[in-house]
Amino acid sequence: MKSSAAKVCNLRKVYAGNGGGTAALDGVSFDAEEGEIFGLIGPDGAGKTTLMRIAATLILPDSGTAEICGFDAARDCRRIRQIIGYMPGKFSLYQDLTIEENIAFFAKVFGVRKEDGIEYIEEIYRRLEPFKKRLAGRLSGGMKQKLALCCALIHRPKLLVLDEPTTGVDPVSRQEFWDILQNMKKIGISVLVSTPYMDEAARCDRIAFISSGKILKTDSPQNIVAAFPKKIFRASGGKMFELLKALRGSGLAESAYSFGDSCHIVPKCGARIEDLKKCLQFSAGNFSVAEAPATLEDCFMELNSGERNRS
Amino acid sequence: MNAIEVKGITKKFGDFVAVDSISFEVGTGEIFGFLGANGAGKSTAMRMLCGLLEPTSGEAKVAGFDIYKQREQIKKSIGYMSQKFSLYGDLTVAENIKFWGGLYGLTKAEIRAKEEEIVEKLEMRGWENSFVASLPMGWKQKLAFSISIMHSPKIVFLDEPTGGVDPIVRRKFWEEIYDASLRSITVFVTTHYMDEAEYCDRASIMVDGQIRALGTPAELKKKFGRADMDGVFKDLARGAQRKDA
Repeated sequence: MKSSAAKVCNLRKVYAGNGGGTAALDGVSFDAEEGEIFGLIGPDGAGKTTLMRIAATLILPDSGTAEICGFDAARDCRRIRQIIGYMPGKFSLYQDLTIEENIAFFAKVFGVRKEDGIEYIEEIYRRLEPFKKRLAGRLSGGMKQKLALCCALIHRPKLLVLDEPTTGVDPVSRQEFWDILQNMKKIGISVLVSTPYMDEAARCDRIAFISSGKILKTDSPQNIVAAFPKKIFRASGGKMFELLKALRGSGLAESAYSFGDSCHIVPKCGARIEDLKKCLQFSAGNFSVAEAPATLEDCFMELNSGERNRS
Repeated sequence: MNAIEVKGITKKFGDFVAVDSISFEVGTGEIFGFLGANGAGKSTAMRMLCGLLEPTSGEAKVAGFDIYKQREQIKKSIGYMSQKFSLYGDLTVAENIKFWGGLYGLTKAEIRAKEEEIVEKLEMRGWENSFVASLPMGWKQKLAFSISIMHSPKIVFLDEPTGGVDPIVRRKFWEEIYDASLRSITVFVTTHYMDEAEYCDRASIMVDGQIRALGTPAELKKKFGRADMDGVFKDLARGAQRKDA
């Protein structure tokens, strides 16, 4: 059996005065294995940051345990801090130090020679080097993110804890960032990463969907998609929002949501594709309807709406 | 009349050309997607259109007003919302409506009427005195949008309105956008979600301060031979010279 990079068990955390004490984490458990990219996927307010801060030993849970690289987060925080690299959601490097100075500072804090560290982060540092005399506060979003990653990696951590590293980042930079993460994985670093983007979820080895402080499901992206319990019909053509209205008015759809240029329909029990086609014939536009495979986003929406209906 | 008319506006900061002679028009009631990579110049362009920043050169009219001489009139004719900042979490629903209504120059009576209307429409009766921070994300989002158009602006600027938002809330929000456009409110929106680019009537893509592509999503996909807007965006943005490492 593989050992754990981050194993959390029944974590609970309530912030006082948070809308009358709603739980930020409400019994969260998962086991991220050594050597894998484990994604925590969910919207703002789901509890992702709280979880990341507990994993980084910055806050304590009200109850439950977190074991990071074999150490207990409550008792062994100093040892954990030496072997993890943490990148908070908010840019937290020294804005009035240069790129070079920030890296030197973090190398010193972690007791490594800057030269050794830089060798290790060479792939990323190469892109920063032409700007090494620039103040961190004057860097663009993409460069700040890469510098933060350099500083988190300088001491060769076993586990990277990345709290929404790509929020507000454009699609091209996001893809580059994930290419870097895949390379980190190749050299044996485990990654615990949170994101609201479903396309990034697909690049993780395993993911946990989180919503309102609860884990909805944990598995590989492939297994989650394969386990989608319902049919999906995909309709396209005509104007999206008119199409959605027609579908919802038809009484045939359990749900109908836009997915780019088409829309995904979860049909009501027994509704057939022919029924949908017939119904749409009488609406405006030329629609085509076909059965389609579920995406991770369909799965998240389905699990999340189930959770909402129960509570 | 077009809601926005831009002819060759440029903004330089020292030697750096943040926005490099962009031109486009946005029709009344249109949903216009303003796309681009980080650092492409979107925010600078948007600040000029909102009357917050004077261009270095070029001409533009927003809601019929000149962006050099009539900036105050522009500010009164537009609404603005972003995901990062829009409402005060430590004010209640009613207080936020009063505060923004006041800023937008509505009278007390108008604000009272709007408060009724918004609370009714969003089915928030009984929540008027709750702190905005305590509202579920979906409500916060809808409330922020309703408030950004409470003064019936000609144009609403939405700056990454759906960043980090739950997938269902994000989709419902776009249905609100569509409703607003049906009421002839022009929508100028930025997003990093390329599926949302498909919901725009037309979209432009900025690279290195210039608009490199502009058209309906169908036209752009055809032109670039891509199945979706994500492909179109990546083709264009990868060619950027202004590489931020």
